Amino acid sequence: MSRDLSAILAKYEQDPLRLVQILRSVVAEDGYVSKETITAIAERLALPRGRVEGVAGFYAFLPTEDVGRYRVLFSDNVTDRMAGSVELRERMQEAFGVRLGEVSRDGLVSIGTTSCTGLCDQGPAMLINGRAIPRLTRARVGAISAMIHGRAPIETWPLNLFEVHSNVLRKDALLSTPLEPGAAIDAALARGPESTIEEVKRSTLRGRGGAGFSTGSKWELCRAAPGEARYVVCNADEGEPGTFKDRALLADYADLVFEGMTVAAFAIGAKRGFLYLRAEYPFLLEPLEATLADRRRRGLLGEAIRGVAGFDFDIEIHVGAGAYVCGEESALIESLEGKRGIPRNRPPYPVTHGYRQAPTIVNNVETLALAAMVVRHGHQWLRARGAGKSAGTKLMSVSGDVERPGVYELPFGVTVREVLEAAGARSVQAVQVGGPSGTLLSPSELGRRLMFDDVPTAGAFMVFDDSRDILQVLENFATFFAHESCGFCTPCRVGTALQRRMASALAKGFGTRRDVKDLARVARVMRASSHCGLGATAGNVALDALEKFRPAFDRRLGTLEVMPTFDLDRSLAPAREVAGRDDEQAHLRREEER
Amino acid sequence: MEPAADAHDPRTFTMDGRDVPFEAGQTVLRAALAAGRYVPHLCYHPEFDPHGSCKLCTVKLNGRTVASCTTLARAGDEVESDTPELQELRRNLVQFLFVEGNHFCPSCERSGSCTLQAVAYDLGVMAEHFSPFFPDRPIDASHPDVLLDFNRCILCELCVRASAEVDGKHVFALSGRGAQKHLIVNAESGRLADTRLAVEDKAMDVCPVGVILRKRRGFLVPIGERKYDQRSIREIATANAGSSARPPAAREP
Repeated sequence: MSRDLSAILAKYEQDPLRLVQILRSVVAEDGYVSKETITAIAERLALPRGRVEGVAGFYAFLPTEDVGRYRVLFSDNVTDRMAGSVELRERMQEAFGVRLGEVSRDGLVSIGTTSCTGLCDQGPAMLINGRAIPRLTRARVGAISAMIHGRAPIETWPLNLFEVHSNVLRKDALLSTPLEPGAAIDAALARGPESTIEEVKRSTLRGRGGAGFSTGSKWELCRAAPGEARYVVCNADEGEPGTFKDRALLADYADLVFEGMTVAAFAIGAKRGFLYLRAEYPFLLEPLEATLADRRRRGLLGEAIRGVAGFDFDIEIHVGAGAYVCGEESALIESLEGKRGIPRNRPPYPVTHGYRQAPTIVNNVETLALAAMVVRHGHQWLRARGAGKSAGTKLMSVSGDVERPGVYELPFGVTVREVLEAAGARSVQAVQVGGPSGTLLSPSELGRRLMFDDVPTAGAFMVFDDSRDILQVLENFATFFAHESCGFCTPCRVGTALQRRMASALAKGFGTRRDVKDLARVARVMRASSHCGLGATAGNVALDALEKFRPAFDRRLGTLEVMPTFDLDRSLAPAREVAGRDDEQAHLRREEER
Repeated sequence: MEPAADAHDPRTFTMDGRDVPFEAGQTVLRAALAAGRYVPHLCYHPEFDPHGSCKLCTVKLNGRTVASCTTLARAGDEVESDTPELQELRRNLVQFLFVEGNHFCPSCERSGSCTLQAVAYDLGVMAEHFSPFFPDRPIDASHPDVLLDFNRCILCELCVRASAEVDGKHVFALSGRGAQKHLIVNAESGRLADTRLAVEDKAMDVCPVGVILRKRRGFLVPIGERKYDQRSIREIATANAGSSARPPAAREP
């Protein structure tokens, strides 16, 4: 018999556009979405069953098979690994006798990995039944394991386990200039929509999500596009590994972000807005909802905002379900519409054909906060800082081998070296700026500047000291892209899988000269022909590493052109399993290990 | 935004230095094929909206790589297509598709009428280059009249689109993502027999490779006498060239 879906469907008004939210709710209650439940949802929403199954199958946090009463997912960013996540995970697996990704026989627990959870400054981190736990230690994992053994409901676990720190370590203009809630809205009302957009344009504010498009122009295009309804979307799907600055912004400055969304709504003429929150930040949901409720009470959201007849706007929070690609604006909109997060063919762009094919602006969290400030304090406020065509400040998420990981607000144009000094880095071997899709810098490049015209960044800044293995960094990033490719286009779907295989072989010492050549070849194919930015940038780190860290490859290479790229011993694993043996005699050892 | 053009106003872009006429609203690929200029492609089908997923039809438009099937033609644009660089890119993409699935041409029922195979021949792909993934993809023989062999799927979604848009049945869909992306059928059992697919459906006839096969019809046409055994894919794809309202411009470089 299938489960009763009435309450969940009623909450989401039986709206097929809210399919992702409906499936999320089912997972929250049942742990997974069963075949029968998929059929029932499809019937109730009048959708083809395959459509619902396809959506569930797309997102990492919508499992369609039983994943145990407790689903443990260790964050698998390279920074988590550097902080010891692999050892902690293996100990926990041993404690429960489960292999990676497997459910224990009693159905109690499964242990797996997940893409970066945005807690790199306080890792290693895990998600357990969707809830984040940072700062993992042996003691913490031991306590968690004990509570799982005791089948204690997660609601009864000590709250300090789940405590996430904002870790804002340096404040500049954005984080230190006060803004009374409503002040930017009043300034916009005083200016009128066109002048509000003009002010944003004059500030030369560019999108902080990475692409750097002019925010004012985006608003202007959207306002000018024909359409009955318009939408404001705040992109809080901060999925780039190593990035966590929006987490801090939404935790400590939610009012400012919502103020920016409301100003944007006034400027373009939108009545509805969405905040697309990544699933890895569930701890932000309640405080954000509380802030929204507070703003409604104060007349800063809802009907006749600030008493102005016709100025109606409200914001709905849409929680993602585990898909990095949804940070791409058209994929994000697809996801908002309850679909698989596949980037659309562009043009047309969201500014003319976005949510429900209506004009839509999608802006990054930081961009909206800055826009509120610009509208309140004027374009000069932003232009007082920055360099070249990069006005203002940028929030950097600094992690890895530094003494003080956290969020730093720094003016554009700051050098890599200055960031390293601020965070306390020593013996730097490499810095990954902008996350895996960004730029890998060598020690000879520490004088380069973080700005659109030199080293652009959405805010990730991961530091690797000279004890780290660049090939393991590459393998980690390659694994990330292969896991997160949406699979729509050939170059990215196959290219990321090939890249992972070659990077892994090279990191493990099974790589050949041919792999090195092919790594570059695959990266070029992905860059030239991918459907969206994910595939186009997925080979960046390989190309950077090959160019700047070539000796790391050469040291690990075999001398042969062709070499077996498999591990003989590992290939015997199925035979060992069948025989029920794991003793020394059942293993082959490579020469150097003897 | 491009101003709406009069459909009878002949306009042209250049492709590899030669003029290609187009009608308003036509894509670069459609205009090129109509003008007898072949651009390799797999997921494009003239009866359906362009999809843009296989990326084989990638060209350089004013120096930037784009999928020609989803890019609207504009007067004066300079398109490069038949260049060593782009042909090499296409060869790599075809190799990607070969290693991703299980493609054993000699034993495949569609050998000789398979678009992937024909495009590979056209591009001169002699080997897969990368070692294959050998994915585990069980076949579905549950349907009385139809066999599904997922091993050959290239994820072009033509069957998904045909079943939804023409047949109105939504028999096929996609699940998973990345390299785990795969074709599924619209049934709780996951079996084709439990869907509404019928052999008369449009979805039966759009697969460019050998996934959707009619039972009891195997090797009815002998190898050597099949579609691409007679004529190359280049000839077939451009067979309707010149049938549009206007003759193609015949200016040689």
